[in-house]
Amino acid sequence: MTSPTWCLARVLEISGLDAGYGDVHALSGVTLSVADGEIVALLGPNGAGKSTLLNCVAGLVRPWAGAIRWQGEDLQALDAHLVVERGVALVPEGRRLFGGMSVQDNLELGAFAPRAWGARRAALERVYALFPVLAERRRTAVQALSGGQQQMVAVGRALMASPRLLMLDEPSLGLAPRLVAAILEALVAINAAGVAVFLVEQNVPAALGLAHRGYLLEGGRIVGEGESRTLMADAHVRRAYLGPLAVRSEGGDPR
Amino acid sequence: MTVLAQQLVLGLLIGGLYGLAAAGLSLVFGVMRVLNVAHGELIMLGGYGAFWLAALFGVDPFASLALVIPGALVLGAVLYAGLFGFVVRAHEEARVKNSLLIGFGLALALHALAVRLWTADERSIPTSYSGAVLSVGNLAIPLVRLATLILALVLIGALQLLLSRWRWGKAIRATAEDWQAALLTGIDVRRAYLLAFALGTALAGAAGTLVTIAYSVSPSIGLEWTLKALIVVVLAGLGSMMGTFVGGLVLGVAEAASAATFGGPYREIIGLVIFVVVLAVRPRGLFGR
Repeated sequence: MTSPTWCLARVLEISGLDAGYGDVHALSGVTLSVADGEIVALLGPNGAGKSTLLNCVAGLVRPWAGAIRWQGEDLQALDAHLVVERGVALVPEGRRLFGGMSVQDNLELGAFAPRAWGARRAALERVYALFPVLAERRRTAVQALSGGQQQMVAVGRALMASPRLLMLDEPSLGLAPRLVAAILEALVAINAAGVAVFLVEQNVPAALGLAHRGYLLEGGRIVGEGESRTLMADAHVRRAYLGPLAVRSEGGDPR
Repeated sequence: MTVLAQQLVLGLLIGGLYGLAAAGLSLVFGVMRVLNVAHGELIMLGGYGAFWLAALFGVDPFASLALVIPGALVLGAVLYAGLFGFVVRAHEEARVKNSLLIGFGLALALHALAVRLWTADERSIPTSYSGAVLSVGNLAIPLVRLATLILALVLIGALQLLLSRWRWGKAIRATAEDWQAALLTGIDVRRAYLLAFALGTALAGAAGTLVTIAYSVSPSIGLEWTLKALIVVVLAGLGSMMGTFVGGLVLGVAEAASAATFGGPYREIIGLVIFVVVLAVRPRGLFGR
């Protein structure tokens, strides 16, 4: 799953990012990048600032200091709806769907950006091909769907914007393992179609199994980074994220 | 018995206008989380719009809707750009406070303007068909008021259609449900606010025209109509325009019933009782999500 990242263009570049809410400092000097076509995982405990980081890129949170560049352009100068127009879409934490509206209305709203609106029919077909169950339930109100199907709508809605970078904030939260697998498989397919993926995920083995590279965010600071294989073998990662079983079982079956 | 039935019919007829008056307030509050306490004054202005068109140019009051509605739409856009657009930049808790200040200020200014332009006298628009009555058994149904009820229903139906079919209509609903999620789908939320406020003002203008046709207008009707609209919004809840219309009918009938049962002064009290009871028992309203 590793890729030769050194020869790819860095499309998202974050440097020296400071952000927070009121007096609370959430991010301190965060520097990271995502290259074209890459899957990058952002790992860290609750409260580490992962969501804040994604919300800064999406334009929902205004950073205190630092730079966020997308294909060379300063994203901080843009309102959030224009970030989508540039090709950066976020699947937010907790899905944030329009519950009273149908599956199809939710998806079509995902293509609201002028750049995506003209191609919304084709985009809709792609989303229905990726998640056939949504095509069957296209007229159903979103709030009547199961959690897994709602997550598919959330991913689908972001894809409707035809993004070049798809950011996801804990897409597997609260889902049964089978559904987690379905969502993560969809991410591989999306990435294979040329979309870069920036993934915040609590399920560390799954995230690193999927991603080319990863960053560790703790207390608002980047404390580690590397290729997924390297991170999986890292003692700190194994102790902090994979649990004591993983540490004891080095080189063998945990059971 | 006939007297009561007659009163209930008249209550139902004015209830349609309560519903229309509330629809605009509900739209603005639901989308922007801003309580426009000058909504009644916008209704009053719509009424004088129709009055002027009739008095100066001899325009039929029903036909004047075709001019008052677009005029109010533009006025709403101007008011948003000049006043209410600043409120939505504030955090949500600060929004209501600031919008109350702006709304009361606007209400006072519009009231003073109306007294200056049209004096404090009550005005109505007499037409050749003003006194026409439809007799059903022992009941007398004033045709003009029946027409205003039907037009109120048609306008609310048109709004419902606009919100469910039009691209920006869906964007307005999405913004009402979750403005941050709306931003994430690429919706320019400020533009959705502007459209919602302009539509709300257009509904107020239409309501004012119909009120002036069926009843009368004076510079001081604003507060009363803001209050009626607010009671209906609380009664019906947010999110369903048809629900708001039905809420208006319920208030109209309840007022007539209490006036007939306990005497005239109780007409105004029943609305406030409904207000308190709904907030205590079912805060999201009869039809609210």
